[in-house]
Amino acid sequence: MLPELGHFALILALLLAGLQAFYGLAAPALGRERWLAAVIPATAGQVVMVGTAFACLVASFVRFDFSVAYVAENSNSALPLVYRIAAVWGAHEGSLLLWITLLAAWTVAVAFGVARLPPRFGARVLGVLGLVSFGFLLFTLATSNPFLRLDPPVPDGRDLNPLLQDPALAMHPPLLYTGYVGFAVAFAFAIAAMLEGRLDQTWARWTRPWTLAAWAFLTCGIALGSWWAYYELGWGGYWFWDPVENASFMPWLVGTALIHSLAVTDKRGLFKSWTLLLAIIAFSLSLLGTFLVRSGVLVSVHSFAADPARGVFILAFLVIMIGGALTLYAWRAPLLKSDAGFEFASRESFLLFNNILLVIAATTVFGGTLAPLISDTLGLGTLSVGPQYFNPTFLLPMLPLLALAAIAVHANWKRGRLPARRRSLLGTALAGLAVAFALVFGYYAGRAGLALLSLTLGVWLILSTLVDPLDRLRRGLSMPRAIVGMTLAHVAVGVFVIAVTAVETYTAERDIALAQGETAHVGGFDFRFDGVGALDGPNYDGVQGTVQVSRDGAPVITLHPQKRRYLVQQSVMTEAAIASQAGRDLFVALGEDLGAGRWSLRIQIRPLINYIWLAAALMALGGFLAASDRRYRNVRAPATAPVDTGQGSPA
Amino acid sequence: MNRFLLPLAGFALLAIVLGVGIRHSKTKGVVVSPLIGRPAPDYVLPNLIEPAEKFDSRSMKGRWYVLNVWGTWCVECRAEHPVLVEAQRSGSLPIVGLNWKDSDEEARSWLAALGNPYVAVPVDAEGRIAIDYGVYGAPETFLVDPQGVIVHKHIGPLSAEIWQRDFVNRTTGAARTGS
Repeated sequence: MLPELGHFALILALLLAGLQAFYGLAAPALGRERWLAAVIPATAGQVVMVGTAFACLVASFVRFDFSVAYVAENSNSALPLVYRIAAVWGAHEGSLLLWITLLAAWTVAVAFGVARLPPRFGARVLGVLGLVSFGFLLFTLATSNPFLRLDPPVPDGRDLNPLLQDPALAMHPPLLYTGYVGFAVAFAFAIAAMLEGRLDQTWARWTRPWTLAAWAFLTCGIALGSWWAYYELGWGGYWFWDPVENASFMPWLVGTALIHSLAVTDKRGLFKSWTLLLAIIAFSLSLLGTFLVRSGVLVSVHSFAADPARGVFILAFLVIMIGGALTLYAWRAPLLKSDAGFEFASRESFLLFNNILLVIAATTVFGGTLAPLISDTLGLGTLSVGPQYFNPTFLLPMLPLLALAAIAVHANWKRGRLPARRRSLLGTALAGLAVAFALVFGYYAGRAGLALLSLTLGVWLILSTLVDPLDRLRRGLSMPRAIVGMTLAHVAVGVFVIAVTAVETYTAERDIALAQGETAHVGGFDFRFDGVGALDGPNYDGVQGTVQVSRDGAPVITLHPQKRRYLVQQSVMTEAAIASQAGRDLFVALGEDLGAGRWSLRIQIRPLINYIWLAAALMALGGFLAASDRRYRNVRAPATAPVDTGQGSPA
Repeated sequence: MNRFLLPLAGFALLAIVLGVGIRHSKTKGVVVSPLIGRPAPDYVLPNLIEPAEKFDSRSMKGRWYVLNVWGTWCVECRAEHPVLVEAQRSGSLPIVGLNWKDSDEEARSWLAALGNPYVAVPVDAEGRIAIDYGVYGAPETFLVDPQGVIVHKHIGPLSAEIWQRDFVNRTTGAARTGS
């Protein structure tokens, strides 16, 4: 019964989403004030139905209902409860339902949020969200129904892909999708503002907290995926420029540009059309990410069963949503005027450069991701784009961005008064250079070159960011959450740069065969292999090696890399032993038994690698703090009239 | 024309590329691998069928063979298995079955129950070799020529037609041209 109930709820949700979109968009457009009253009930109904459908799918997994094809394909009677729930989004159909469910969750938050805004504007926002939801619900019901039954049912399921049976990966899609879907809110606000002709700076104020929260969720999601790749796959890397990683990274880059551009529009009423465009592009890239992963156009780690028919549907959806939004933009944006000016060294200029550089970075990633597809489409043969392309082309806009950020935090709105800040700018820059010199030539005593430059920039950014907040503290001024969040996020960027530089430049790595008692010398540490013993865990057995790590004769730690055979899940997993020290990770993975007591071992020393994820977490925390700033909570519609479109009759 | 139309124009261009991309993926069903035209990575792994000896991929040099990546946890591998068994019966090409991230016991009982189409089953328990081959998700199937060069890669389950068209025909075609 439950799967049928879920299926029925999805159909009702589709109808209600259609009503939500219709009333939300038609009522203000046709001036039917009484229709406005229908928007909230339709929205509430849609959300409840989506929630019901999602609950039905979860229940089918929890109750081992192998008569449901999707459940049978992605779980097993031996799968633990937590992974049975995570298996809901273990494949395509459930991932879509998760997407829709998270959109419903955002919709609830937005519905409460827009209650304080003008009713027509709020209705339009909910109408656009309803349209997005309608598209995804139609897609799910037409091509990817998760509730299809198997006839006859199978006695047991085929289990979740063992790669996906990991706590970090169970949380990765929900966080990532929460970020993706969150950009739908910024998109809906932008569309509503364009439809309304309300293109003054208030819509930017209303959009900012939503965009910040979405960006913070996306940051968490990407970081968790990267962390999982490092710890669980044991490949030792944290970023692979895989098409699906790129698909999540492009909206992040544009979203980062958007939160900065929104700040300018909110504070100074500038960059209005540019901000609108960024809001459209950020969500378009989220949709495009879904398209790339789900259509089979590009194949990657994450696309297990791609289907071109689905691709056609998503493409049509993209054309309607993005094409429609951009058409509206082409029509409305020329009407925007801003009369405020700004000087060259003002904060506005720096944020403009920030936007340009971030968009260039997103474009290079976009180009690299789509180049194989384009080359194939034009019949130019196969093309593979890897880190050799991405690393340098991404770095090119990023290094100047860091330098500009370090200066920009000192710049004032409107006026270029940087010379007055010369002392603290020079001071922090010199301090950055000194720290970088000390790290490169003293502490790591390794290659310099690019490392010297990027370490300087990283340290400079941190110090420069801290100058103003510390000054505020000293003078006893208030510290709004927006400033705390911004400071935290900028410091985190500096930490991130330092960590990535250290990992990329100073990682020591060796693959080596050792017999019992032999020692390998890697990066100043001695690794003595003390053989392997049998391992007997709660739900696995296997072997466990013992490796004594010492430095200059003094014992540091004993590591126990394992090879586990999971009895329930029937898979062999390598559990690398990773010791996280303050300044580095010591990594030992057990390879093959080479016979006669010899084993192959992979030993790595990765400096500061943990700080990459710490930095990402700090960035996200900064985003959440800024989103929760008090001044966003008491927003009320100002008395200003919609912008004069200047062309006689605005529609 | 106003400059605000540029984003729309750019998007239209992108939509066309994506549309053509979908049509391509529909007709070909093939995702090209950067490994095509490159030597197949060598490896030595335990052989599931002959536990006493290790399987060395270099032992396959000098003849055409197929490398099929599979696991008992993989749903689509079960769907393609009869195709492999049939292909082995026709004797057209030897098939090496790389057992990816699997348990030996499960894999053995799978082969016992469904038939063994493989001349050897190297066991890649940690997925290291699969990474060398750029495997994204099972099943994936590679065609390797007598010089040990990968000439074709198929992603997803095989069918009898795909097997004939993309695997068997390539070997006979190459034989005719004498390469």
